[in-house]
Amino acid sequence: MKGLFRRKSTISPSPAAMVLMYLALGIWTLVVLFPLYWLVVTSIKLPIQVIEGPFYLPYVDFQPSLHAWHYIFFDLRNDTLRPYFNTIVVSLTSSTLTLLLGTAAAYGLLRFHYRPRVGAILMFIGCVVLVIVAVNFGMPWQLAVIAGIALLIVLLQTIGRRFKRSLGNNDIAFWIISTRMLPPVAVVVPIYVLFQKLGLLDTLTALIITYLAVNLPIVVWLMRDYFMNIPIELEECATVDGASRYRIFWSIVLPLSVPGLVATFLFVLVFTWNEYLLALFLSSAKAQTLPLIVAAQNATRGPQWWYMSVLILIMIIPVIAMAIVLERYIARGLLVGAIKG
Amino acid sequence: MRVKRQLQGSTQTGSGLGALFRLNSRVRGLVGRTDRLAGKVFLLPAVLVVLSLAIFPLIISLYLSFSSFRFVKGGFKINFVGLANYRKLLLGSEKTHFLGVLANPSPFGWLVFIIIAALLAISLVWYIRRGQFSAGGLFWRGLATLVIGSGVWLLVRTLGSGGRPGSLVVTLIYVFIGIFFQYMLGLGLAWLATQGLPGRRFFRTVFLLPMMITPVGIAYLFRMLTDTDKGPFNIIWQVMGLANFSWVNHPWGARMAVIIGDIWQWTPFMFIVLLAALESQSIDQFEAALVDGANQWQIFWHISLPQILPVSATIILIRMIEAFKIVDLPNVLTNGGPGTASESLTLQAYMSWRALDLGGSAAVAYMLLVTVTLAGVCYFNLIHRTVKEKV
Repeated sequence: MKGLFRRKSTISPSPAAMVLMYLALGIWTLVVLFPLYWLVVTSIKLPIQVIEGPFYLPYVDFQPSLHAWHYIFFDLRNDTLRPYFNTIVVSLTSSTLTLLLGTAAAYGLLRFHYRPRVGAILMFIGCVVLVIVAVNFGMPWQLAVIAGIALLIVLLQTIGRRFKRSLGNNDIAFWIISTRMLPPVAVVVPIYVLFQKLGLLDTLTALIITYLAVNLPIVVWLMRDYFMNIPIELEECATVDGASRYRIFWSIVLPLSVPGLVATFLFVLVFTWNEYLLALFLSSAKAQTLPLIVAAQNATRGPQWWYMSVLILIMIIPVIAMAIVLERYIARGLLVGAIKG
Repeated sequence: MRVKRQLQGSTQTGSGLGALFRLNSRVRGLVGRTDRLAGKVFLLPAVLVVLSLAIFPLIISLYLSFSSFRFVKGGFKINFVGLANYRKLLLGSEKTHFLGVLANPSPFGWLVFIIIAALLAISLVWYIRRGQFSAGGLFWRGLATLVIGSGVWLLVRTLGSGGRPGSLVVTLIYVFIGIFFQYMLGLGLAWLATQGLPGRRFFRTVFLLPMMITPVGIAYLFRMLTDTDKGPFNIIWQVMGLANFSWVNHPWGARMAVIIGDIWQWTPFMFIVLLAALESQSIDQFEAALVDGANQWQIFWHISLPQILPVSATIILIRMIEAFKIVDLPNVLTNGGPGTASESLTLQAYMSWRALDLGGSAAVAYMLLVTVTLAGVCYFNLIHRTVKEKV
C-alpha cells in the first residue's frame, strides 16, 4: 500500500498513457457492469417490452413497472421465500461448521505431530473394500459394517503393530487438500444412496453435511497458510503459563487470525450460496435452494426473462453487498493462499 | 497487542497464585489428559468427514463404474460388468459422445501436432542432457510428455475437418481457452490498476463482482445477452447481418457463449490475486531500474513478471482444478446443446445419471477424475515445479 503512493511520485504516467489506461479500465468496467445493468433493467420491464426487442433506458424508451417484483414476492410468495430461507440456513450453517472443523484441523496439522501408520491405512482401505464386496454379495449392510469394524480392530491390534512406516503432517495436509480435486459428480451418487438409506434425502441436513465435506479442503488450506504466519512464541508463553491447548487455540490463535477467518468464511459462504450441482442431486422439493429455482425458470413457454432477472437479482444482491463491504479481506485472504500453496 | 497484555496479566496472577495452583493439581491432571488428546480432537473430525463423504463414496463410485446399476422394486440391484462401461465410452456406443468423431488430421493438423511433439521431445531431451535428473523426475516428465502428446493428437483429430469434438475435448477447450483469457485479462487489468491512477479502489471493487454471482445466474444472463434478436446488442448484430443467427443453436457459438461466461466470471479471481501480488512488490528495484533508464515495459517484463510467476503458477493450478468441474454454465446456458456439442464431462455424467445409467455416470466421472489428475500432475511437474525452482 505504502509502496504505491511512493511509486506515484517516481513514475507518473504521461497524460496520453493515462488516457489510454483509463480507457482500458473503463472498457472492462463496462463489461462488468453492463450485464448487471441489463439484469436490473429487464427486471422492471413488462413482458411485451422484452419480447418486442431491446429497450435500454427506463422512462426514456419504456415505462418501467414493478410487476415482476410483485409477482415474485406476492403471487409466488412461499415459492420464493422458502428456497431463499433454505439457502440462507444451509450456507450459514454449513460455512460455520466447515470453518470450525477446518480451522481446528489446520491448526492441528501445524502444531501437533501426527504419525499415522501406512499399514493401518492400507488395512482400513482393505476392510472398506471387503465390506462393500460383502454387501454386494447380499450381506445386510449393518452386519457387514460391524464385522468390518471388528476385523479392523483385530488387525490393528495384531499385525498393525508390526508396520513401522508412517506418514507425516504434510502428507495428511496434502491428502485433505487434494480431495478438492475430486469432481463432485464422482462422489455424489454414493452420497445420494447414503442419504436415501438414512432417509435424509431432500433435507437441509443432507445439503449442510455434503457442503461441509466439499469445502473443508479450502478451509484447511487457507487457514493452514494463515496460521503459518502467526508467531509461535505467543503460544509458547501461554503453555508455560499452563493454558490448555484448547484455551490457546480459542483465546490466542483465533483472535489473531480474524482477517483470515473472515476471508475464508466469505469464500465458503459464496461457494455454498451459489452451489448448483450437488443441490440438484440431493434436493427435489422441500430443500430446494435458490440456484435450483433460478435454473428451473426455463418454462415451456420459453424463458420468462423478467421473473428470472428478479430472482437472479435477489440472489446476488446479498453476496455483492458483502463483497463490497469486505473487499479488502478477500484480496488478502486469496493472496496468502496463493503465495504459499 | 491486547492478547499480549492479557498474557502478561495472566503471568502475574499465575505467579501470585502459586498456592492455588498446587491445590488444583488434581484438576490439572485431568486437564493434562484431555490435553494429550488435543491433537486428535483437532484433526479427527475433519479426517472423519473427508473419509466418510469423499474417500468412501469415491471407492463405491469406482465399484459402481464397473457395474450396471438398476432401480428395482423396493431398492436397487448392482451387477458387476467389469470394464464394459469404460469400453462403451472409449470404443463403443458412447465413443462419439465422449471422445468425438475422429477424423484423419488435415495437413495443418499434422503440422500442429508435429511441432508440438517436436517441442515436447526437445524439452525432454534437454532435461535429460542437463544431467541432473532423478528416476522419479524422469518418470513424471515422460508421463507428462506422453499425456500432452496424446491430448494434442486427440484435439487435432477431432477439431479438424470431418471430426467432431466429444465432451472430453469440449471440457479441455473450456478449461484451457478459458484460463488463458482469464489470466491474460487479469494480468493486464492488475497491471493497469497498479499504475498509480486515482480511483484504484473503485476499479478493484467493481472488477471483483462477477466472481460473487452464481454461475446459474450468469448462464441466464449470457443467454439474454447473446440473444441476437431481443438482446441488448441487437443493433450490432443487425449491422453485421447476423440478427437471425442464434448462438446456442450453433455448436461453436454455444461453446463460445459458455467460454465467454466463464471468462467473465473468473477473470476477477486472477485479477484480484495478481493485483495483491503486484502491490506487495518492493519499490526499490523499480527505482533502481528507473534510474538506469528502463521503460515501463522493461520494468514489467524483467522485474514484475518474474516476481509474480510463482503466484501465477499457483492460481492457474487452482483455476484448472475448479474449471474441470464446469457444469452450471453449459447446463443452463445451452443445455449441453445443440445435440451434445457444448456438454462438459460433469454434465455428461449428470445426464447419464438422469437416464438412470448409474454405472455409465460413474465411469464418466472417473474419466473426469483421471483427466483432472493427469492434467494436474503434468502441469505441476512441467510448469509449477520449474517456476518455483527458479525463484
